[in-house]
Amino acid sequence: MTKFPETGARCLLVGATSAIVEHMGRQLAADGARLTLVARDEERLAAIAADLRARGAADVQVETIADLGAAADQSAALQKAADALGQFDLVVIGHGSLTDQPRALEDPDYAVAEVELNYVSYLSLALRAAPLISEGGALALISSVAGDRGRTSNFVYGSSKAGVSALAQGLDHALSKRGARALCLKPGFVDTPMTAHLEKGALWAQPEDVAGALLKAVKAGRGGAVYAPWFWRWIMLVIRALPRALFIRTKL
Amino acid sequence: MSKEVLSWGRAHRFDHAVERPRSAEALRRAAAELGDGELGLAYGLGRSYGDSCLNEGGRLIVTQALDRFIAFDRERGVIRCDAGVSLADILKIAGPSGWFLPATPGTKFVTVGGAIANDVHGKNHHRAGTFGAHVLRFELLRSDGGAVLCAPDSHEELFRATIGGLGLTGVISWAEIQLKSVDSLMLDAEDIRFEDLDEFFEISRASQLDWEYVVGWIDCASGGDTDRFRGILSRANHAPVLAGAAPRKEKPTVGLPFVGPPGLVNRLTVRAFNALYVRKAPTVPQLRRIDYEPFFYPLDAVLNWNRIYGPKGFYQHQCVIPPEAAKAGVAELCRRIARGGGGSPLTVLKLFGPAASPGLMSFPEEGATLAIDFPNAGARTLELLDDLDAIVVGYGGRTYPAKDGRMSAATFQRGYPNWREFAAHVDPGLSSSFWRRVSVDLG
Repeated sequence: MTKFPETGARCLLVGATSAIVEHMGRQLAADGARLTLVARDEERLAAIAADLRARGAADVQVETIADLGAAADQSAALQKAADALGQFDLVVIGHGSLTDQPRALEDPDYAVAEVELNYVSYLSLALRAAPLISEGGALALISSVAGDRGRTSNFVYGSSKAGVSALAQGLDHALSKRGARALCLKPGFVDTPMTAHLEKGALWAQPEDVAGALLKAVKAGRGGAVYAPWFWRWIMLVIRALPRALFIRTKL
Repeated sequence: MSKEVLSWGRAHRFDHAVERPRSAEALRRAAAELGDGELGLAYGLGRSYGDSCLNEGGRLIVTQALDRFIAFDRERGVIRCDAGVSLADILKIAGPSGWFLPATPGTKFVTVGGAIANDVHGKNHHRAGTFGAHVLRFELLRSDGGAVLCAPDSHEELFRATIGGLGLTGVISWAEIQLKSVDSLMLDAEDIRFEDLDEFFEISRASQLDWEYVVGWIDCASGGDTDRFRGILSRANHAPVLAGAAPRKEKPTVGLPFVGPPGLVNRLTVRAFNALYVRKAPTVPQLRRIDYEPFFYPLDAVLNWNRIYGPKGFYQHQCVIPPEAAKAGVAELCRRIARGGGGSPLTVLKLFGPAASPGLMSFPEEGATLAIDFPNAGARTLELLDDLDAIVVGYGGRTYPAKDGRMSAATFQRGYPNWREFAAHVDPGLSSSFWRRVSVDLG
C-alpha cells in the first residue's frame, strides 16, 4: 500500500483559521508540505499563510470563501486547489461553530443554519473532495465526542457531529477500496477561541496536541475514529454503554 | 474575566482582568483601549520571576495566542514574528536551516516581546551583548491608538526605551530579529572546577577569548569566611559542521504534576546537592560533544520546575557588580547568602563583557553577575534580599528587575540612574506592580 509522503505532502485545509486546523497546518509545514488553505476571514488567512511559509511549508495557497456552505464556491475552490496540487494526500475539513443550545431550542431557524454549517457543508465538501484523494491519502473530518450520544446540553451540535462521524465512517469504507481512507477526529474539550467563554478543568486539551494526535494517525496510515486525547475513547465507551434508564437521570 | 495570574516565582498572587487577543487586529484594539480606565500590561509566558510582569488589580493583555511568524528570510537569517512567539518556536524553525538565537536566556519558554522588554542576556554576553542588540525593528502599539515603527533609525529614543523597558512604553505587536549563523546545533563543551574566586575570574577571562559560551556555577556555602568558594565553569563552542549527522530529535518534556511540600529546598538538601554537583565536573576537563538543549536549557526539561519550591513560591536575586569591585562584591554576597542558610543549588556566576547594552534601562553592564533562588520564607527571606541589595548598591552595582518582586525604590533608582529619562517614555495607559513600587518619587 502506498504510504503517506514524509515530506511535500499535498494538503487541502478547509477551516484553516480554526485552532485545530491551524495547528495541523503548522505540523504539516514543518514537514515541508504543500498547502492550500480555505477559510472565510481573508486577513487572518493571510497571517496564517505567512506563518506556515515561515515554518517551512514548500508552498502555501489561500482561497477565501465567503460562504463555506455554498456549493458553487466549494466547487470553484476545490477545482483551483486540485489544479495547483493535482491530487490531495490529505484533506482536512474542520470549520464550524459551537452551537448555542438554549438559543437553538428557542429558534429552530438558527438550529437549521448551524446544522447546515456543521454538517451539510461537510457532506458536500467531503463528497466533492473524496475523488481527489490520492492512493495512500486521507480525508480527515473534524467531529466531536458530542456526536457519540445525544444529550440535553448540546444535542443540536451533537447531531451535526454524529452526521459528520457517520459520513467519515462511510467514506472510510468506500475509500478503502482504492487504498485511501477517511478519519474522523473526535476531540473532547479543547482550549480554543470557540470555547474561550467556558471554565477550563483538568480534562481540557490544547489544540496542538489534538492536531498532533490526528496527524500521527494520518501518517501511520490509519483510518476511522481518532479520539483526542486518547482517554475520550474510554469515557465515551462508558457513556454510550449507559442504559437509557440511567442515562436520562444524568445531568450531562 | 478577573483571574489570579502568577509569575514564575509563584510568590505573588494578584487578580487581573485578563484579555487574550488572537489576531493582530484584536491586539490593536486591546492596546488602544488601555487609554481609558484601568491601566494594563502585556504578559507573555510569565517567566519573569517577580512582579515586573504583573499588574495587580489592572488589566493584563496575554500575548500567548499571538504566536505567528510573519516572514523568515532563510538566506539572511532575519525573522519577523508576532511578539507572542517563543524562543522555543524560533529554535524549532531556525535550527534546521543553520540559524540560532543570537542571545538566549536560561529558558526557551519566553516570548520575543518579553525578551525585548527585559533585554535578556545569555552565556555569550561577552561576545554578543544582549538580545536587544540583535533586534532590527519592532512595532509598538501605544494607548493613544498609534502604532510606532521603532528601529535604530526610526523613533530611536522610543526604540532604546522599549528595549529593557519592562513593557511600559507600549505593547510590542511584532519584532524583527537578526539570527546568528552556526555550523551545527551540537556544542563542544567542557566543565572545569575552580577552587576559589581568583581562579574563577582567571579562567573566565581566559575562556572568554576562545569560547563563545561561558558560565559558572558556584557553591555559596563553601567559602566560609574566606574567598575560597568552589564551583564549576562551563564553556562551549558550536561544533563544526557534522557530516552525515542524524537530524536532532526533540526530547519530550515532563511536567511536575504537583506543588512540592513546603521546605523541600532547605539548607540540608541544598548542601547535599552542591556536594554531589561539584563532582559532576571531572578533575581533568574533558571535551564533550552535546546537544545545545541540555547546555542552554537544563531546567526546561521539567516544564514547571518552579513548583518544587512549594506553595509559597520563591524569589530570585540577580545582580551585577562592576569589574573593579566584582571579586569583593561576589565574596560578600556569597558570605551573606551562606549566613542566611537558605539559598538554592542553582547559583549562577558569570562575567558580562564590556558591550554597551542597547536599552536605556538594560540590566547587563560590564562586571560579574550572580543569580540565586531563595525559597520564600516570608520576612526572613525579604530581609536577606534587602541585605543583598545593600551590598550590591554599596559596590556600585544593580539588581535585575526581571527577577525581582521586592527591591526598594531607592535600590532601583541608584542602580538605574536613567530611570527619570525612561519615565518620560512610559505610556500613560501602562503600568506594572513593579513600576508602581520603584518609581515612587523619593525627592
